[in-house]
Amino acid sequence: MKNTTLKFLLLLVTWGIASGDILAQSAGSSGSKSMYALYAIGALLLTGIWMQVSDKFAGKKSAGGAQDGSTVSLQQGHDIILKGVPAKTQVAAQAKTYAVCPPVFKGLSPIPKMEVEVGAEVKAGDALFHAKSAPSVKFVAPVSGEVIAINRGAKRAITEVVILADKEQQHRALTPPQLNSCSRQELQDFLMDSGAWALIRQRPFQIVPAPGDVPRDIFISTFDTAPLAPDLNHVVEGKGEAFQKGLDVLARLTDGSVWLGLDGRGKSAPSAVFAQAKGVKKVSFKGKHPAGNVGVQIHHINPIKSGEKVWTLNVQDVVTIGALFTEKRFNAARLVALSGDECKTTGYVSTHIGANIGDLTTGNIKGENVRIISGDILSGATTNAAGFLSPFDDQITIIEEGNDFEMFGWLAPSYARPTVSRTYLGNLVAPGRSFHVNTNTHGEKRAFVVTGQYESVLPMDVLPQHLFKAILAGDIEQMEGLGILELSEEDVALCEFACTSKQSLQQILQDGLEMMQEQM
Amino acid sequence: MKKALLKFFSSIEPDKKKSPFLHTLYDGFFTFALTPDHVTKTGAHIRDGMDLKRTMVFVVLAMQLCYLFGMYNTGHQHFAALGQYVGLWDGWHLKLVHGLIKLLPIIIVAHVVGLGIEFYYAYKKGHGIEEGFLVSGALIPLIMPPDLPLSILALSVAFAVIIGKEAFGGTGMNILNVALLSRVFVFFAYPGHISGDEVWISGLEKVNGAYAGEMYSWAHHLFDGIFKGLGWETFGAGGAAVIDGYTGATPMALAAKGGWEAVTKVYNPSDMFWGLIPGSVGETNKPFIIIGALMLIATGIASWRIMVSMVLGLAFTGLLFNAWGATPFMEVPWYYHFSMGSFLFAMAFMATDPVTASSTNVGKWVYGFLIGVIGLIVRVLNPAYPEGWMLAILFMNVFAPLIDYVVVQGNIKRRTKSAAAKA
Repeated sequence: MKNTTLKFLLLLVTWGIASGDILAQSAGSSGSKSMYALYAIGALLLTGIWMQVSDKFAGKKSAGGAQDGSTVSLQQGHDIILKGVPAKTQVAAQAKTYAVCPPVFKGLSPIPKMEVEVGAEVKAGDALFHAKSAPSVKFVAPVSGEVIAINRGAKRAITEVVILADKEQQHRALTPPQLNSCSRQELQDFLMDSGAWALIRQRPFQIVPAPGDVPRDIFISTFDTAPLAPDLNHVVEGKGEAFQKGLDVLARLTDGSVWLGLDGRGKSAPSAVFAQAKGVKKVSFKGKHPAGNVGVQIHHINPIKSGEKVWTLNVQDVVTIGALFTEKRFNAARLVALSGDECKTTGYVSTHIGANIGDLTTGNIKGENVRIISGDILSGATTNAAGFLSPFDDQITIIEEGNDFEMFGWLAPSYARPTVSRTYLGNLVAPGRSFHVNTNTHGEKRAFVVTGQYESVLPMDVLPQHLFKAILAGDIEQMEGLGILELSEEDVALCEFACTSKQSLQQILQDGLEMMQEQM
Repeated sequence: MKKALLKFFSSIEPDKKKSPFLHTLYDGFFTFALTPDHVTKTGAHIRDGMDLKRTMVFVVLAMQLCYLFGMYNTGHQHFAALGQYVGLWDGWHLKLVHGLIKLLPIIIVAHVVGLGIEFYYAYKKGHGIEEGFLVSGALIPLIMPPDLPLSILALSVAFAVIIGKEAFGGTGMNILNVALLSRVFVFFAYPGHISGDEVWISGLEKVNGAYAGEMYSWAHHLFDGIFKGLGWETFGAGGAAVIDGYTGATPMALAAKGGWEAVTKVYNPSDMFWGLIPGSVGETNKPFIIIGALMLIATGIASWRIMVSMVLGLAFTGLLFNAWGATPFMEVPWYYHFSMGSFLFAMAFMATDPVTASSTNVGKWVYGFLIGVIGLIVRVLNPAYPEGWMLAILFMNVFAPLIDYVVVQGNIKRRTKSAAAKA
């Protein structure tokens, strides 16, 4: 701010001298007073432009640098307000089968090595399989029961390891190391063996960290701004002890800090579990979606540079890690939000990682023609009753399929719909209204035409359109320069929603990240 | 209603294999009438209600007032030159009909030629018909002189669409603004039809060295029959002589010769503001253009950054010229430059074309400002042609990628620099 004022004054003085000079030379000519006024206006205009441009070119500092305890206000973004927000009530639903799906863990060699066979009885926390590239990282059973199927997909890759849950749950007893006195190596080994290591995601690329990796920092977002998102304050209720323990464990795993992104929007104060967490640094974020995305928060705290690795975890994963120490068992319990307008009773259901979607939603779906999404509506994955909840999702969303024609839909829409554009008068008049949505694309795919649209919903110092074009062109160097390593699919999901040309931006970004990964 | 429409469309759907061209055409009209039942496959499960069709149609809507006024003014200027119906609303039906008779063929030819080529290329490339020409086709009639021969118009549109757009890959890929490219084609290939003092008022011809109204056409006579029945004034046969002191020169041409004084001898500033002067069809009325521009800004479709920086660029250069004052044109007060000529129209509808403008927000500031500067330099300093926005925008279209390159490099440098500082 000081800098801007200084620049302004400096320029004004320079202009004053310059115009004074010219005036002196043309002294005596009539109308010099009006000329002076014109010069003043000209000077002001120029100054305005110069400040605009110089601020963005030279003066602008690189992103990041938010300090512990500060609040970051984000201007760009958009809140999509939908019907079907999960009510804060418990929905009774019990999953019978659970599955661990190798494909959701990225960065592993494609076909894992099984440690159990079909028919085996496992306890919760028993290893099911490991990746051939990292045998020490175990993927464990979320519940106890019988392994009833190992399903394979294309190229014989294992896609699902299905467990029929016991009525009485049994857990493998763990002996955690002494947190204060054990070495980092011991701690890492314990986490890998207990199955918690697989819940950590490493950026760039959202992969399971390799054994021995030490991240620069660890980031946890404690609020979710996505449409219909679960309220993490509610989710974490009563789990404060395990959460704090989880943070203590994570703090031992990095040489940097553990950062919590707190909800600074002011609608509801962050839960005391988050706000009074110890041994971590906290930054509040204020703004519309995607302010709650951990990728956006990392960008404003300390962006990922080339060669750096950071870890991110979901709140419930931290609780699971903490429970390894407080309960001495792998507790895969999850509070999962049932949301969406096609959901009869929205709310939260108590279940475990990998629960069967059909079991959780049975009898709770309004229509016939619906889409079930594991995760949020912008970045989740399409699934169905036979599918299983991803370990990284704490939400199931059910919305209407939009496979219907609409007459002159581009000109006079027959029903209200969410939009970031200002061409829908109804949306402008009632800004807070909530919408019933479907999956129609509302138009056909086109080349990139409209500009500035992505920037207006992505609160990062990134030029998304140029990045996407660089990816499409396969220009690795440009991609890296434009910050592809700072992004993951969920961060550009809102851009994809807003895109007038209906481009598949998350797919493009994923392709780009895969290209980058091959280079590394 | 929807079912009936769907049924109708499925009954006329041509065979895609037997007649692919017809099917492309069919698909174009189908998607126009019925938004397809496409659902999201990857990524975000819901999508914004905005699509390219809606974007384009809002731009077209924003220029409708210019169309209406352009039509009326074409008639008004014609009669004013002949000294008939001098009052604004005198003989309004004749003015409107004359404008319609002049404008309608231009609109039809521009669309038939442009869309025809678009359809053909869509069929050749095997993709759907894209909406880009909706806006270009609506803009072209507004930036042409009302008496432009239709063959020249057809040629210019064909040139712009084929060389300017399809050669680069179609909608979203062009480097130069398609509408302006068609105008610049006429400007360089047929300068006699788009510059000078004789082309801006419709329905006049030179007979024995003196100007007179043309004989009215069959279309005029057709309407005369109706007007006679209603007991209103009629066109008559035509061929009346122009009034004494008729010049036909635009304010630009006058200012180039004699500065602001010469302009005000013929036109008063309020007429120039309200658009009752000769010029291209749609660019004369400033309030209606401003309404269109505000509509585009309010809906967020056109970039306000480009518009504002263009205004700043013009004001800056205008002030500079005022201070310099070497020629009479330079001494024209800078604020009158807004109402003379087609600055506002270029600002609202031409420079803001997102495909050919800078695509970065910072770049837009530079892009618009430089158009303002260069356009006024061409307007004031160029001895041959006293209007600069077309050339300035095309010039900056070419430089827009360079501006973006600098901005993109700035972003990359910021990132690598902070990485280096960290290391």
